[in-house]
Amino acid sequence: MTTIDTARLVAMFAAIATAMSADRDRLCALDGVIGDADHGIAMELGFSAARDAVAALDAGATDPTTLLNTAAKSFLNAVGASSGPLYATAFMRGAAAVKGKTTLDDADVVALFQAMAKGIQDRGKSVSGEKTMIDAWAPAAHAAGEALASGKGLAGSLEAAGQAAKAGAEATKAMVATKGRASRLGERSLGHMDPGAASAVTVIEAMRIALTS
Amino acid sequence: MQTKKIINDGNRAVDEMLEGILAAHPRHLKSVDGSPRSIIARDGPRLGKVGLVIGGGSGHEPSFLGFVGKGLADAAAIGNVFASPPPDPILECAKAVSGGAGVLFMYGNYAGDVMNFDMAAEMAAMDDIEVRTVLSTDDVASAPLGDRHKRRGVAGNFFIFKAAGAACDRMLSFDECERIAGKANDHTFTMGVALSPCSLPQTRRPNFEIGSDEMEIGMGIHGEPGIAREKLKTADEITDEMLDRILDEMAPTRGDKVAVLVNSLGSTPLMELYIMNRRVKQRLDDIGVSIHASWVGNYCTSLEMAGASLTLHRLDGELQTMLDHPCDCAMFRAG
Repeated sequence: MTTIDTARLVAMFAAIATAMSADRDRLCALDGVIGDADHGIAMELGFSAARDAVAALDAGATDPTTLLNTAAKSFLNAVGASSGPLYATAFMRGAAAVKGKTTLDDADVVALFQAMAKGIQDRGKSVSGEKTMIDAWAPAAHAAGEALASGKGLAGSLEAAGQAAKAGAEATKAMVATKGRASRLGERSLGHMDPGAASAVTVIEAMRIALTS
Repeated sequence: MQTKKIINDGNRAVDEMLEGILAAHPRHLKSVDGSPRSIIARDGPRLGKVGLVIGGGSGHEPSFLGFVGKGLADAAAIGNVFASPPPDPILECAKAVSGGAGVLFMYGNYAGDVMNFDMAAEMAAMDDIEVRTVLSTDDVASAPLGDRHKRRGVAGNFFIFKAAGAACDRMLSFDECERIAGKANDHTFTMGVALSPCSLPQTRRPNFEIGSDEMEIGMGIHGEPGIAREKLKTADEITDEMLDRILDEMAPTRGDKVAVLVNSLGSTPLMELYIMNRRVKQRLDDIGVSIHASWVGNYCTSLEMAGASLTLHRLDGELQTMLDHPCDCAMFRAG
């Protein structure tokens, strides 16, 4: 059984920010094909702001809920855009899911993860198959829950989440966008991976590595 | 290869631009204390008047903050380049211009803007400010007419905000301001054409690829792909292609009156815009539609993109009154 404390979550946000900086130009290029080419910029900016805000907290005196709410607010105010409200809602819902805990066990982390996916879905009013980030987040949350229930522990659960997110992002290539900016393209969005789903894979992978290695 | 820009630091471009704008227009504009991305009109907001807050991403100047001033918008919330502002600066705008009669949020219909402005509206409600929203959906190319509510808002914002700003300045009720704003949107139709891409200050890379002899009809103001990629045609042919789609939907009859906006997407010069406007006048004369007023220039740009958009705003007595109502903004004056 893993125990995740606030310091570990601070490190997680640093890891996501690093991964997002490395991925920025690829995400902008994906967005340039079917959108307005700024997705990588927004994601890098948001997670850098979240990283800096949580690093400034006194980790010893901060519970995971406060940390996640701090990350949410700083992400939102740095970015706006679509990813701002979506990821801010994800972290606020994650914060609510672990309210009252000082450290997180395997089931807590998976509950946090699933609450994030639900938050994105609710805020974006989106369902699977609309070629959005939810096509990576929803199957990832589902897979994490199943893996945990079958006794796989945190590493196995997040491993399953990562695999499902990758498959979900890959599947967006065959989808016609019906939500978000690309929805105005109709059939012309076919064949291209959704940049929001692609960045979701990067976020989930960075979370997995930071929380299980 | 990186594009050439006169900037210091791509990440500071929006804030440095705002500093320059406030330095140039101190008589018209100020920022809210502690919220530099909330720009408000020095003259305009007052007790009993419906407040009008507009906003959106940067990179479209003079949209949106250039239309802040007496008789038009009371405030603009400023986002990063091509990105909606977050809820906080929007909320600060609403608080700064609320005169107790309600606050209207008006902006182009994009998923990100809708989420952030809706969150700000929920926060404003907690401060006892009633907010209503009217989205602009004037981009004919972005969805079929039957799905008008799914369309993007583009340069036609100019007429839609103008009508709403006039209604607010004339101290009409919240219901009336909202109704007139919605009607102005229903009467506004825009088509765009792009010739070459723009590049974001942070990446300085062209945001789409297009052949040296090609144009894209219907491209969005953030470089979102349009409806057809074609060989570049003559100004008259391009104007006809855009006008045909607009007139198809607007279905004017002889004797109707319109206002015209020929807008540059950034780098297309006035010479080319006026050549297009010449054709617009010929075509409207041919079908007996009279032009009440025309604006030709940079009103809703897309950084340095080359291309133009054409907007027709169909007038009735009420919308003409709103259009003719005087306004005095940092980058636009009328009446």
